Amino acid sequence: MKKRLLIDAVGRIAFATLAWISVLILVGIFLMLASNGLRLIFHISPRELFSVKWNPSDYENPTFGIVSMVISTGLTTLLAMVVAIPIGVGAAICISEILSSNIRAWVKPMIEMLASIPSVVIGFLGIVIVGPAMAKLFHLSNGLNALNGALLLAVMSLPTIITVAEDAIHSVSRELKEGSYALGADKISTLKRIIIPNCYSGIIAAVVLGMGRAIGETMTVLMVTGNATTMPDSIFDPVRTLTATIAIEMGEVPFNSNHYFGLFACGLILFLITLTANIIAENLAQKLRRNEL
Amino acid sequence: MISKRISHLFAFAMITSCLVIVITCWGFILINVVYNGWSVIGWEFLFKNPKNGMTEGGIFSAIFGTTMVTFISCMFSAPIGIACAVYLNEYTKDNWVTKLIRASIRNLASIPSIVFGLFGLAVFVKSMGFGPSILSAGLTLGLLTLPILITTTEEALRKVPSGLREGAVALGATKFEMIITVLLPSSLSGIFTGIVLSLSRAAGETAPILLTGAAFYSRYLPGSIKDEFMALPYHLYVLSTQHSSIEQVRPLAYGTAVVLIALVFFMNIMVFILRSKHQKKFYG
Repeated sequence: MKKRLLIDAVGRIAFATLAWISVLILVGIFLMLASNGLRLIFHISPRELFSVKWNPSDYENPTFGIVSMVISTGLTTLLAMVVAIPIGVGAAICISEILSSNIRAWVKPMIEMLASIPSVVIGFLGIVIVGPAMAKLFHLSNGLNALNGALLLAVMSLPTIITVAEDAIHSVSRELKEGSYALGADKISTLKRIIIPNCYSGIIAAVVLGMGRAIGETMTVLMVTGNATTMPDSIFDPVRTLTATIAIEMGEVPFNSNHYFGLFACGLILFLITLTANIIAENLAQKLRRNEL
Repeated sequence: MISKRISHLFAFAMITSCLVIVITCWGFILINVVYNGWSVIGWEFLFKNPKNGMTEGGIFSAIFGTTMVTFISCMFSAPIGIACAVYLNEYTKDNWVTKLIRASIRNLASIPSIVFGLFGLAVFVKSMGFGPSILSAGLTLGLLTLPILITTTEEALRKVPSGLREGAVALGATKFEMIITVLLPSSLSGIFTGIVLSLSRAAGETAPILLTGAAFYSRYLPGSIKDEFMALPYHLYVLSTQHSSIEQVRPLAYGTAVVLIALVFFMNIMVFILRSKHQKKFYG
């Protein structure tokens, strides 16, 4: 009898220990990024970090300006969201409110499945199809630029945005909708005045999550944005995002050099951006849950 | 009245066209890849290694590498993920501990995959000295897929009716015995859902393995888990951007894309079936 109780106690401790691992990993990732990334900051002045020129492999005079990469990340993400938000939210409304529940049961898992298509495949199509098409359309020498990356990011973040937004829209209680219909409102006014205002925070959460996906995406932007570290003048200029920089340069840097730490600094910035985005999305989602009660 | 009807029709048309655009885009992507890649696929493509500087032959070594690395990632993340889900769902009430753990899991899920790659590089490749290898990449992907595994397993555990748990405890089982003999067996299909889902995610990721051990080209299959390896998504990246004669290997790239999509879709369809099976088990 004693032995069984002992096993039970040990089991409990084992489960609890393993459960804490996820917290440890998150803290570990942060500490690792910070300890490596901040070592660069000790070597260079903050002014240099916030300059435009990124040329860390220069032998004579390496520079570590991250501004053009942050702007490149911002530019592609912003453009992607301009395309993806209206289409994604519209599609979510369509699935939730217009399609019959039979069709909805098919469309929803299909869209979720699209989110699982590897990003290299999308990047590959960006090179093979979107790039040449864009070069022809706008008379460019090649179609590998910020706009190409943004379009693909938009397509990739659509499944995330649609799934989360649809959940939010669908969670608006039936009584509210039926009350609105009973007062003589039609479908569109109900949508505008009742449904959307009631799940607004959920839709924002969907947008923020989609944005997080676009910011953190590596392979697609690496393959189709042209990878120039200069400051972009227009959306037809090649750009290089934070993620792409890490992926390209990590293979060639000497271990524990300033360049190596610089790439971890890029990682740290990415980590902080996505963490903030996620915390915002979470607070909004919680607000939505409170509204329901 | 008529203008109102027209504006309503317009609104409907706008909303519906959004979904049509989405389906057209993704439909085009899938059809294009399958149409162009289909002809390449055959015995030779699937079961032969690349040769002549990757301009001929198949992708067997990439398929093998991806299988190995996802297998290792699962061996690593499954025990931790399942234990974490059991702890959250069975042992604790809502308090600051569970809130902290849950918040960590959600934030882990939102971290860009390249950052996991950096972590794997600093910790597994350098600090622990595994080098660029299947092991390093597998462990990195394991961390990456942990959140998916935990959330899906928790979902599965929540669907098990509390009567089953109470029945076991009423018969004198300790909590641990109840979990091992009743809870886990009865939520097996749900747990498999999580495992397959995380496998499919691990199989498609490129950025983390780029930093932790994927090889541009290797002549031989990896002999041990400490060797570098070729992987499907990285192979596609190499064929479409890094190769010296990109136009010539384009059909091979399309073929690789088809295999990758087919692999991921196959696993996702399995998830769909397993999930509905788990649902039916308790709710008819």
